[in-house]
Amino acid sequence: MTTQVEKIIGHFGPYGGRFVPEALIGALEELEQAHISASTDPAFIAELDHLHRTYTGRPSIITEAPRFAEHAGGARILLKREDLNHTGSHKINNVLGQALLTKRMGKKRIIAETGAGQHGVASATAAALMGLECVVYMGEEDTKRQALNVARMKLLGAQVVPVTSGSRTLKDAINEAMRDWVTNVESTHYLLGTVAGPHPFPTMVRDFHRIIGVEARAQVLELTGKLPDAVLACVGGGSNAIGIFHPFIDDVSVALIGLEAGGDGVMSGRHAATISGGTPGVLHGTRSYVLQDENGQTVESHSISAGLDYPGVGPEHAFLHDIGRAQYRAITDAEAMHAFALLCKTEGIIPAIETAHALAGAKQVGQEMGPSATLLINLSGRGDKDVSTAAEYFGIKL
Amino acid sequence: MLLETGLDHVLARAESENRAALIAYIPAGFPSHEGCKKVIAAFAAGGVDAIEIGFPYSDPVMDGPTIQAAAVQSLSQGTGAKEVFESLKCATDLGVPAVVMTYWNPIERYGVENFAESIAANGGSGVITPDLTVEESSAWITATDRWKINRIYVVAPSTSDTRLPYVTKSCGGFIYAASLMGVTGTRSSVSSSAADLVARIRTTTDTPVSVGLGVSTREQARSVAAYADGVIVGSAFINVLLEASDEESGLKAVRELAEQLAIGVREGR
Repeated sequence: MTTQVEKIIGHFGPYGGRFVPEALIGALEELEQAHISASTDPAFIAELDHLHRTYTGRPSIITEAPRFAEHAGGARILLKREDLNHTGSHKINNVLGQALLTKRMGKKRIIAETGAGQHGVASATAAALMGLECVVYMGEEDTKRQALNVARMKLLGAQVVPVTSGSRTLKDAINEAMRDWVTNVESTHYLLGTVAGPHPFPTMVRDFHRIIGVEARAQVLELTGKLPDAVLACVGGGSNAIGIFHPFIDDVSVALIGLEAGGDGVMSGRHAATISGGTPGVLHGTRSYVLQDENGQTVESHSISAGLDYPGVGPEHAFLHDIGRAQYRAITDAEAMHAFALLCKTEGIIPAIETAHALAGAKQVGQEMGPSATLLINLSGRGDKDVSTAAEYFGIKL
Repeated sequence: MLLETGLDHVLARAESENRAALIAYIPAGFPSHEGCKKVIAAFAAGGVDAIEIGFPYSDPVMDGPTIQAAAVQSLSQGTGAKEVFESLKCATDLGVPAVVMTYWNPIERYGVENFAESIAANGGSGVITPDLTVEESSAWITATDRWKINRIYVVAPSTSDTRLPYVTKSCGGFIYAASLMGVTGTRSSVSSSAADLVARIRTTTDTPVSVGLGVSTREQARSVAAYADGVIVGSAFINVLLEASDEESGLKAVRELAEQLAIGVREGR
């Protein structure tokens, strides 16, 4: 099976491509060339590998979760611990790669969008490490939900710009970052944080996150002597999911399951489950599934998780869904928060609320597949940033 | 050059008069659906040569705060494809050639073939697509050719010499030259990169070239008209409408600004 082959460069079946102002084409072509040349340059590969070993803390470990597994049909549950990376999530994998490319292109300034703040923190971190100027666009609503991460970015020397247009969340932060990029493209790299946006972002960001799946596949084989029966990950834009899915795509016995943010439930209309509840369209430079109305206007998404609160999704996920290689399910806020509390109390790990959607999916899938199944779950981020949201949800007084 | 649309003809007429054409932008549904029709009438009365009807979109990444604000106001009143085509027809019924300017997703959602057909059915001359690349245009090229409407792409100062002919040969009506690297909005001066870009475009095509982004005054229109075939003004009209105390004074200000700009495009050469 060669589902990952892009028949036309930058396309995944009918999805992907480049829908951007002509002003950005030169920068996208430059970035594409930098990515292609870097990915075969032994010096670049060695530098990124060195950073991952000495700065990120790679390889990240696999943790077995037997007490959580009792609530997941007794299936064997293996957690890929991206939460233990420096800055607390998988986002650092992509950020270090793109920051090195920024230097390679001779640019001195990076801009980034952020929802939960994880990508913003990772970007600010890489900028500090490499001496780059960093501006992070963040929806005003999210700056309130994720105040701790705003402070972290500022401590790291980044400028955080609260975005007050539209829904004041991730979607509008991306709009504002793109406006900045159109204006300052000569000096600035847009360090996009997910596998969406115009080509080459979906391909390049995936390539920087593939390390998750490459490591996990070998670790599971070593630990269990076989491939897992299913790989699960939460999907907002879909970067942690594509990172862990991609090395398993040709392993047809392995089910790939993405868990989207179901909010109050897909039927309620208040959700961020783009594949489960959306239709094909173009948003932020790429064709994929989009939450939109009959006039093609983007519909605002809703999720308790700021990092999944996005009305689009990466084009490769749209393709994997359409060809049936991966399946996507919606997890409600309530299901996610239940799984969040469960992992805290059974395993002593506080996950990000984004990641809790994958854990809720693991409970479902474990019960469906039974005790003989092995499930690999991408524990994409830690939950420190979500403590106040969770405390409020569970009625814990601060 | 084959003249097929009203826009082609009005640009040719301006050329024969040795002047630039004045092209004015207003989003459908702004300041209201009926108000937009009155603005179109004020454009016509003020001497505008061609009109761009904006299809307001939820995520306008090429637009600055002024047009964003207009889009929000328009969308909050439920503006959709129906109102866009009614506004288009309003302009063409007044005898002013008109095009629609829209981000790509509303076209894709409406149906590419259907959209081109509806443009033609309402007398429209073409469509400006600021975020559609030529690479993604195969269905659009087929549809616009079938319905004989102008495909107008936007090129930027950053568009390379190697890429420029690839884009301009796919354009009809005019080539939209973005005067600077940035989003829409009024500026105190028109970027010098505009003249350079227009000169580079002219080495690739005989199609007329119109300049937009940052033009708001008679003086700016005059300076752009010295080297461009069309002068595009958008945010300045929206600003006078947003600043007006009531509809009547807003429409009067629109007409007066159009008259000033119409003088400007005649003073450039």
